[in-house]
Amino acid sequence: MLVRAIVQLLLSFALAPLLVGIVNRVKSLFAGRVGPPLLQPYHDLLKLLRKGAVYSRTTTWVFRAGPVVALAAVITAALLLPIAGAPAPVFFTGDFILLAYLLALARFVTALAALDTGSSFEGMGAAREVTFSSLAEPALFLSMLVLARATGATSLSGMLGGALPGAWTAAGPALLIAVIVLFVVALAENSRVPVDDPNTHLELTMIHEVMVLDHGGPDLALILYGASLKLFLFGALIVQVAAGAALRGGWGDLAVFAGGMVGFALAVGTVESLMARLKLTRVPQMLVGATVLSAFALVLLVR
Amino acid sequence: MMPWADLVFVLVVVIDFFALGSGRLGAAIRIVAIQGGLLALLPLLLATGGQHHLGHVLVISAGALLVKGVLIPWLMFRAIRESAIRRELDPIVGFMPSLVLGGIGVALAFVVTGSMPLVEPAHAFLVPTAFSTVWTGLLVVVSRRKAVAQVLGFLILENGVFVFGLLLSDFMPAMVEAGVLLDLVAAVFVMGIVMFHIHREFSSLDTEKLSALKD
Repeated sequence: MLVRAIVQLLLSFALAPLLVGIVNRVKSLFAGRVGPPLLQPYHDLLKLLRKGAVYSRTTTWVFRAGPVVALAAVITAALLLPIAGAPAPVFFTGDFILLAYLLALARFVTALAALDTGSSFEGMGAAREVTFSSLAEPALFLSMLVLARATGATSLSGMLGGALPGAWTAAGPALLIAVIVLFVVALAENSRVPVDDPNTHLELTMIHEVMVLDHGGPDLALILYGASLKLFLFGALIVQVAAGAALRGGWGDLAVFAGGMVGFALAVGTVESLMARLKLTRVPQMLVGATVLSAFALVLLVR
Repeated sequence: MMPWADLVFVLVVVIDFFALGSGRLGAAIRIVAIQGGLLALLPLLLATGGQHHLGHVLVISAGALLVKGVLIPWLMFRAIRESAIRRELDPIVGFMPSLVLGGIGVALAFVVTGSMPLVEPAHAFLVPTAFSTVWTGLLVVVSRRKAVAQVLGFLILENGVFVFGLLLSDFMPAMVEAGVLLDLVAAVFVMGIVMFHIHREFSSLDTEKLSALKD
């Protein structure tokens, strides 16, 4: 079982940038373009890794530590998340709290690195990013609580394990709401379109992108890879909750899971193509709405 | 049958939240129309066979679909087209506070109704959904400035009353149901005329202007 978990973990480390490639391809198809090849994110990463890095004299070690610590935190978070229905390499009671705060740690060091440059521009981006994720956090935790309550398990491997099919028949509507809320949180946390635009460096839309403007070369590669891994983690969480009964723990699950992840990428790409970015003041409204929805799902269960 | 009824009740409450959080009047009218359509499904889903007469259930359902899902939304769309307003820009209670208030109300409705001495409802979610929807309707009526949004709040409130009425649908004659729906149409009609007069007088549908003195 452990061998399988490790193999799957390595596979997901390898395939995470592909997910971004699929999203980009979907967006270009919607726009009527051919679009970049699916493996473009890998080429980008390799190109960046071969380059040297330039550091401003005003920055300190915080700036250099940012990308490294962020990627390390995301990789550690990946250790906690089960993939394709198999238990994660590491699991214990309440590990979903650690997962959420490892992702928060990654964001924290990225924001610190942005502040360290002393640029007011990057400070603004950091402020926006932190504001939005502090609003997304209650939604994430409440939907995790819905999962925990519905399955009676308190670790991610238990929540996404054998008890989930039974939970879908007993508390289907609550879990459906949780899936929708998790998708909204995934869009916000990964700075995808209704919240942020990953393509543009225009100052009005800049939230996440502005924070990493001063990073170059290998540092930027680490940041881009960390972002794709984070998207993969959220996708894996959502796909496994949604698949529920379809994942039983056999090797055939890998195919189901891979199909689900492609579906997740298609959904993200479609949302990005069909929706405009929300006005900055409307984003908190959407996230509070998601929080209220997940609280409602929890009320349905604990009543 | 039960999981579908579950889903419909949950969707009705989710639509309540959407109505609280949305500023676009067109989208709000559409979502309230969908809520009306969902309500029309409920008598069919909750029909137990024995006590209900099929004809009675069909009349209630078709009446709700026609009035709540088609007729009133059409009137409302006409109203916003005539007065050329699209958005509730500046509600008295902001969208976020009203969403949070709505969430608290819904949570209370689901927690409290368990200990209420009521007739055994046909479905566990029936009474809490009715209370949540009535609460949402009240919130929308008191927290919005535009007359169209207030009428929408009244419709949501009425939807909640309709859900509550399903508790008694075994004993309620179809004529009473029809009378209630007719009342609703008449009320929306009267509100439409009132809105027309407000619009002609102030060339806006902001009800705040009604309280301003004029010389």
